[in-house]
Amino acid sequence: MQIFLPIADIPVNVFLLFAMGLAVGFISGMFGIGGGFLMTPLLIFIGVQPAVAVASVTTHVAASSFSGAIAYWRRNALDSTLALTLLGGGIFGSTGGVALFTWLRALDQLDLVIGLSYVMLLGIVGVLMIAESVRAINRSRQGKPAELRRPGSHVWFHGLPLKLRFKRSKVYVSAIPVLAIGFIIGFIGAIMGIGGGFLLVPMLIYLVRVPTATVIGTSMVLTFVTMATATVLHAATNHLVDAVLALILMVGGVIGAQFGVHAGQRIRGEWLRLFLGLLVLSVGLRFASELVLTPEDLYSIRLMRSGP
Amino acid sequence: MRRPFALMVALASVLAAGPAAAERLIASLTNHRVMITSSYAGVELVLFGSVERDAASVERKGPYDVVATITGPRESLRTRHKQRVLGIWVNTAARTFVDPPSYLAVLATRPLDAITNAANQRRLRIGIANTPLPELIHNDIGEVANDPFRAALVRLMQERGLYGEEPNAVTFLTPTLFRAAIPLPAQVPTGGYTVDVKLFADGNLVAQSNSAFEIVKVGFEQFVANAAREHGLLYGLATTMMALATGWIASIAFRRD
Repeated sequence: MQIFLPIADIPVNVFLLFAMGLAVGFISGMFGIGGGFLMTPLLIFIGVQPAVAVASVTTHVAASSFSGAIAYWRRNALDSTLALTLLGGGIFGSTGGVALFTWLRALDQLDLVIGLSYVMLLGIVGVLMIAESVRAINRSRQGKPAELRRPGSHVWFHGLPLKLRFKRSKVYVSAIPVLAIGFIIGFIGAIMGIGGGFLLVPMLIYLVRVPTATVIGTSMVLTFVTMATATVLHAATNHLVDAVLALILMVGGVIGAQFGVHAGQRIRGEWLRLFLGLLVLSVGLRFASELVLTPEDLYSIRLMRSGP
Repeated sequence: MRRPFALMVALASVLAAGPAAAERLIASLTNHRVMITSSYAGVELVLFGSVERDAASVERKGPYDVVATITGPRESLRTRHKQRVLGIWVNTAARTFVDPPSYLAVLATRPLDAITNAANQRRLRIGIANTPLPELIHNDIGEVANDPFRAALVRLMQERGLYGEEPNAVTFLTPTLFRAAIPLPAQVPTGGYTVDVKLFADGNLVAQSNSAFEIVKVGFEQFVANAAREHGLLYGLATTMMALATGWIASIAFRRD
């Protein structure tokens, strides 16, 4: 069944979109991530303009992370003070990201920057995750106990002022690094069309030392607010959010996520991280090949109707 | 400015042909309004026409030829060229084309060169090669001869099915009655389209006729597209509410505790 997307201006198969939503939802439920970094490239691959793909995926991620955040909130597994502080930075980050997005689009360099950001970010994160999980798998094979968390080493920013007590997470740190993390995630998310959960969770665990009990729920709150903000800003400035596209994706996504959560609970943590690392790295490599291989046509055209 | 010129051309052709007036050309379309609905996947519009002769019309040696030019709404666009920079492909140069047609189809009974000579094709602006596609050069607007950006624009638009020259698309059903199918692929832009039909006999233009149609988004498609363009902020807020509602419904539907 073909449907004509009103903003992307192309006809697509509803079932194909729905299946993509299901598949990405399954993976996001399994790993506890938003899945934007998979959905955006898939949409670009089926012929949606990169700018429309990024803007519409922000809406899709807003929906899936909101449903996740509610589930964690019911279990009291999120830290609202921490989430609010991250948000303070996140909203500024999203605003800055959308502004840069608009500017790059006018310079004809948006597609390049989206591609380069994916290669660098996914390449680095993928390699780090694979290395970490392989070490963990080897350790458990040799029968050693799982690595204990290193004692709270004193990093330089622990000396910063404006200290806040995050009761639910039982940490007492300066608000400055927390705001900065929020800003970075919001900024990257708006440009790349990703929620940034796969970046935020390790940052909170390793830098702020948030316990695993509250980290995912808190990260989902940040993700849904930054993605909701990015949706509104993309719609108001670039007019690129395709509500029909986003709706089909999010319905598939929330259903797929339920099955993914079940599957994820049956696989051991380090293997799960290895699979996710491989997935992240392969998406990064796919983007790299596009930047490096000679394109079929050296010329491209862009309509100047929408945006500045 | 255009009208007096057209009037002069009309006058000149009347004077040249003399009282033994040339043929009259009547052309029409099956539909003057193409609606884009949610199931839209491209359509074909049929152009048909007839050549009216009377006792005074001069005798023609060869058959009639028809060239129909369909021009879509005009929209500025940029053509960009990639080059390898430090191992990766980057858009390094771009040209802005000022209001080129977003759709251009040239349908004819025979190859254009067989219908009329090159000078006539240029003068009458028949064929994609003879259609002006002005570029923005610094602050001036002008045509660039042998421009690779222009060639790329035409090629890319052809690949998308938006530009095309079809030398056998017009068929004569009888010596004076013809029809042609105008292909409108799914990605055609919305707006007003003009149809210019020219009738040739023995290599000369003998009559022409103009018609028009429009492509509009209707119903839900139109509502969404308009909302997104004209009320961006409200549209964004509504889309976000939709996302939150979907997430909320999902969390209730799949609640396990």
